Amino acid sequence: MTPIDAKRPLQLNDQGQLRHFLSLDGLPRELLTEILDTADSFLEVGARAVKKVPLLRGKTVCNVFFENSTRTRTTFELAAQRLSADVITLNVSTSSTSKGETLFDTLRNLEAMAADIFVVRHADSGAAHFIAEHVCPNLAIINGGDGRHAHPTQGMLDMLTIRRHKGGFEKLSVAIVGDILHSRVARSNMLALKTLGCPDIRVIAPKTLLPVGIEQYGVTVYSDLAAGLKDVDVVIMLRLQRERMTGGLLPSEGEFYRLFGLTEERLKLAKPDALVMHPGPINRGVEIESAVADGPQSVILNQVTYGIAVRMAVLSMAMSGQNAQRQLNQDNTEEHN
Amino acid sequence: MSLPNPAELLPQMAAALTQHLNNRQIGAPRFIGIRTGGVWVAQALLEALGNQEPLGILDVSFYRDDFTQNGLHPQVRPSELPFEIEGQHLVLIDDVLMSGRTIRAALNELFDYGRPASVTLVCLLDLNARELPIRPDVVGATLSLAADQRVKLSGPAPLTLELQTLANRE
Repeated sequence: MTPIDAKRPLQLNDQGQLRHFLSLDGLPRELLTEILDTADSFLEVGARAVKKVPLLRGKTVCNVFFENSTRTRTTFELAAQRLSADVITLNVSTSSTSKGETLFDTLRNLEAMAADIFVVRHADSGAAHFIAEHVCPNLAIINGGDGRHAHPTQGMLDMLTIRRHKGGFEKLSVAIVGDILHSRVARSNMLALKTLGCPDIRVIAPKTLLPVGIEQYGVTVYSDLAAGLKDVDVVIMLRLQRERMTGGLLPSEGEFYRLFGLTEERLKLAKPDALVMHPGPINRGVEIESAVADGPQSVILNQVTYGIAVRMAVLSMAMSGQNAQRQLNQDNTEEHN
Repeated sequence: MSLPNPAELLPQMAAALTQHLNNRQIGAPRFIGIRTGGVWVAQALLEALGNQEPLGILDVSFYRDDFTQNGLHPQVRPSELPFEIEGQHLVLIDDVLMSGRTIRAALNELFDYGRPASVTLVCLLDLNARELPIRPDVVGATLSLAADQRVKLSGPAPLTLELQTLANRE
């Protein structure tokens, strides 16, 4: 595994604006900050009586989910609706592909229906990249999670959560705990924290749940939860992804909880005002104790609220970057004629 | 062409607004400035009126009709309306009225918060370039510019107006 992303410029238009949102890799700090600032403004829209602005009126957002999801799908739907876009959601796992249609054909058909934005979730790493590069380069492609690779909107909503509760990143110690190996959220979070200037990123997991080459992300690895949690400002818990585990990576869930579960007792090792985060869905008693998940330091439900604002920001920014690129291409053709 | 000094326009704007509100028997209106120039003008106007009311701030970036051409304004910030809109008399304040599209966007945004009893429009300058049937109730000065000219307001203190000439695209 290498954290270097060869397809970096694909996400940006000729003016450096976002046109697809595939991965946080290679995106400059200014752009991540712009996403967070824009999301902050959309958060205010979510608090109004009429939670809708007309930015994407007349545009069609197509959620194409090749993999199950509740939170990501519904918050993307709400985000698009609050931008006044028309939204359709396709659970492809239950439709045409089961009749033998290829990914390529499914997407080209949706493109023919004049969709403007695709939000794609797929079990294979790199699926969103593939679509942005080869299938629909003129649509804004948003990665809603691809395999173990990336979940960039989750990464950004976690950053928004941290920034809103802690003010910034420059002085923070952040621990990411649990099943790092299968977690695209962990990868997106490590990249975002690094780019935004977090000086102390800790990764806490049993050796069997760590990917090879994890140090390349500029993180410190701990295999002891107590040592890793000491004086941290933020604890990001990850779900144990049993469904992705193929071999005997763990003796048992009970053993994992005993060693790596976040209990009230263990949380005391972190700073007294440390935040507890989790991308959901949470497995109570597997990676986190109920008293912690529902406790005063938990911001797990705030994350969901912030997720809508972040997705509104990314949808509108990518649409705007894609429009600008179309304008640029048009100007260039006119010059040549 | 010489541009007026905003500081000299404000006292007569304050007087005209008071007159306008009195004529309509509006007692306690809410004041709202459109970011960024309109907020500066609104602050100066409230000062000229000796009014201590909190000022609402509107950022119309999410409501602009040129999003598909110009995209999202990179420095969009939340609107801040520290009062109810429903049933209130509003005084909406902007710096320069040109096409009227900003005001259209502002009205749309305000109506997403509620149904105001009335909206009075105050502008420092009216450039006689309306593209929509929107005109100010109170205006500091009216002037006409050449097609390639724009006016820029600097502030918040002192408020100054500056004439700019658009560079040609080719």
